[in-house]
Amino acid sequence: MRYLRAPAAFALALGLIASACGGGPGGTPTTSPGATGAAVSSEPFVMLSTQLNTVTESEALRAQILSGFTAAKVEFRGETAGPFADRIVAESKTKGTVGVVGGLHGDFGALDLNLFEDLTPLATKLKDRGFPAEFMELGKLGSTRQIYIPWMQATYILGVNKQALQYLPSGVSVDNITYAQLTQWCKNISDQTGRKRCGLPAGPMSLLHRLIQGYMYPAYTGGLVTTYKSAEAATLWRDLKDLWQYTNPQSLQIDFMQESLLSGEVWVGFDHVARLVKAFEGKPNDFVAAPAPKGPKGLYYMSVLAGLGIPKSSANKTGAEAFIDYMTTTAVQAKTLTTVAFFPVLTQALPADLPPHLKLMADGVQKQAKHADAKVALLPIGLGAKGGEFNKVQLDTFQRIVIKNEDIQKVLNEQATILQAVMNDSKAPCWRPDPPSTGPCQVK
Amino acid sequence: MAVRAGRALPFPARIARSENALPLGLLAPTIIFLTLLILIPVAQAVLLSFQAVPGTLGFEAYRRMVTDVAFADSLRNTLLLLVLVVPVQLVLALAMALLIHSRFPGHGAFLYIFALPLAISDLAAGIVWLSIFADTGYLNSALSGLGLTKDPINFLSYENLHLVLGTVIVAESWRATAIVLVILLAGLQLIPREYFEAADLFGASRLKRTLLIVLPMLRPSLQSALIIRTIFAFQTFAVVLALAGRQLPVLSYEAYDWYYNNRNEFIAAAFAALILLMTMTVVFFYLRLLRVKDAEIQR
Repeated sequence: MRYLRAPAAFALALGLIASACGGGPGGTPTTSPGATGAAVSSEPFVMLSTQLNTVTESEALRAQILSGFTAAKVEFRGETAGPFADRIVAESKTKGTVGVVGGLHGDFGALDLNLFEDLTPLATKLKDRGFPAEFMELGKLGSTRQIYIPWMQATYILGVNKQALQYLPSGVSVDNITYAQLTQWCKNISDQTGRKRCGLPAGPMSLLHRLIQGYMYPAYTGGLVTTYKSAEAATLWRDLKDLWQYTNPQSLQIDFMQESLLSGEVWVGFDHVARLVKAFEGKPNDFVAAPAPKGPKGLYYMSVLAGLGIPKSSANKTGAEAFIDYMTTTAVQAKTLTTVAFFPVLTQALPADLPPHLKLMADGVQKQAKHADAKVALLPIGLGAKGGEFNKVQLDTFQRIVIKNEDIQKVLNEQATILQAVMNDSKAPCWRPDPPSTGPCQVK
Repeated sequence: MAVRAGRALPFPARIARSENALPLGLLAPTIIFLTLLILIPVAQAVLLSFQAVPGTLGFEAYRRMVTDVAFADSLRNTLLLLVLVVPVQLVLALAMALLIHSRFPGHGAFLYIFALPLAISDLAAGIVWLSIFADTGYLNSALSGLGLTKDPINFLSYENLHLVLGTVIVAESWRATAIVLVILLAGLQLIPREYFEAADLFGASRLKRTLLIVLPMLRPSLQSALIIRTIFAFQTFAVVLALAGRQLPVLSYEAYDWYYNNRNEFIAAAFAALILLMTMTVVFFYLRLLRVKDAEIQR
């Protein structure tokens, strides 16, 4: 069952998180006894992860979370997706030091699923934790085996400096704004302050492709792959070109919006919550968090799920299982939120007394999830190793239309051909919001 | 082995006895090292670039490389950087080397200052220059502090790629001139003092000494420096990445991007093979152009 009912679960989970943040019943942190029953080996192992791989995040994880796991010594190694995949493949051919891996849904999907242990017994053991059922289903990646156990989740929102609010188009609320109104807002700021202070993360390590895939395309076209060269898509790109005129030109170097928000170069920034958190943390009184803008087809947003898996070459399987057990206890889930600003997958893990910056962000996430027009888009599913080339299609389309001013429909037609080749190579069926397909998803 | 001991010795022993033994023995570690860590991987990478369609050898990876959106720009930018950065560095390094070689009081301190960038990694250098050229960077702060500008100058905007290229040239020149300097300074110190004494005797001016003694005698060092710098210029990556992001694509970034982000090792290998081919071509021309004839060495 590739085509999941996950959107509902995402919306539900984020909604629950948000209501818990809003002062609702928070879970009482508990600690958990040992893992799956087998004696836990104390053999040290490496945790390889594509998440939390910046220096500050890694340090926080080591000092505040890994230090609490005492069964075996765990060394954290943050990597980008390429070396992450290479190391897992390389270690599968020899004896490795990696015991457990942490990555996004797509990081697991990019690899041969047979490289991973089936975690179904562990999942059964951890059943009472209260993982949303659809998260567990996503963790199977369409197979019958549990490839990963859900670990953390996140989404993308707007970080807004309060100074920008006075320039909002009249009658428009920051919590309910269309892409066209966002452009007008950015134009007002640019005209009246003389500086372009809206920001899109479009640097080489940015997540711009996710904003295009999970927010803009669905909001304008109601799809992504099937509607790639549609008339609605052409409108989207025209509007994005418009917005870009009033966007800080340094956006092409911005990978994380938080630094630009903090320095004041950007007043309105659209990014992943973990890439906004330092702005909220540094100056909680200066910022508000707002939902993503909406388009003609609604407010689409992408929910990001990270999981923990155990490679078959694991240096310490019992240790790794005990580690996943530890990382998904309510206490550690709550601590993950407060140390690295990724939201827990266990909705009851939210502490009632969140620090101000997390409260701000949780409010933004809540407004987004509960918005009347809110709909969830999924991360690409089933692309395997073609995930990178899939992202490149959107990034190249952006470069050609927005930066190089090429003809919109011509670029869309050409990029759609490349996109179709990627879909055919990976044989990936459509995922939401595209309607389900038998066989590879087809551009219409 | 009593019979005709000298001729019947097994192969290794025969070499060991011959007068080539010492040079071959000394070269062996280098040859083994180069074969294992350079030659074999290079051959593998080149082979990989022809294997994009599984099970066959063909030019699919090259076809996709040249039709890629960023290909033309990255080729142009790489060549542009080469043409603009290498001469600037050569002239700067030569001037700095001559300055230090003139042995004025305190020249040792200058050597240390000039060589400082050698100790800094590419990416760190790029980030340092980013903090200088950013909108709220040191340069803009200084300019507005001095009352020279009202609004910050956007040095790194895609709207003005010449300025972006300029910042990359400044940063690259700062970062990599030192390696040229060190090579040239070593070359300068190898020039026998007798030449300078003879020149002094005939009353040669400083300019004449530089043109007629220093530059010709420095040719082997210039050749090495040019080759090394050109190879580095083809590999320019981290500084460009930090300062210009995706605005100024270069070949080595494309190779990286195809491998790490797009997960297509075949097209990445095609880019790498192209860089290799271009590097070899340029080095070949340097070797021809600046050839040091045997007669000149013996002179």
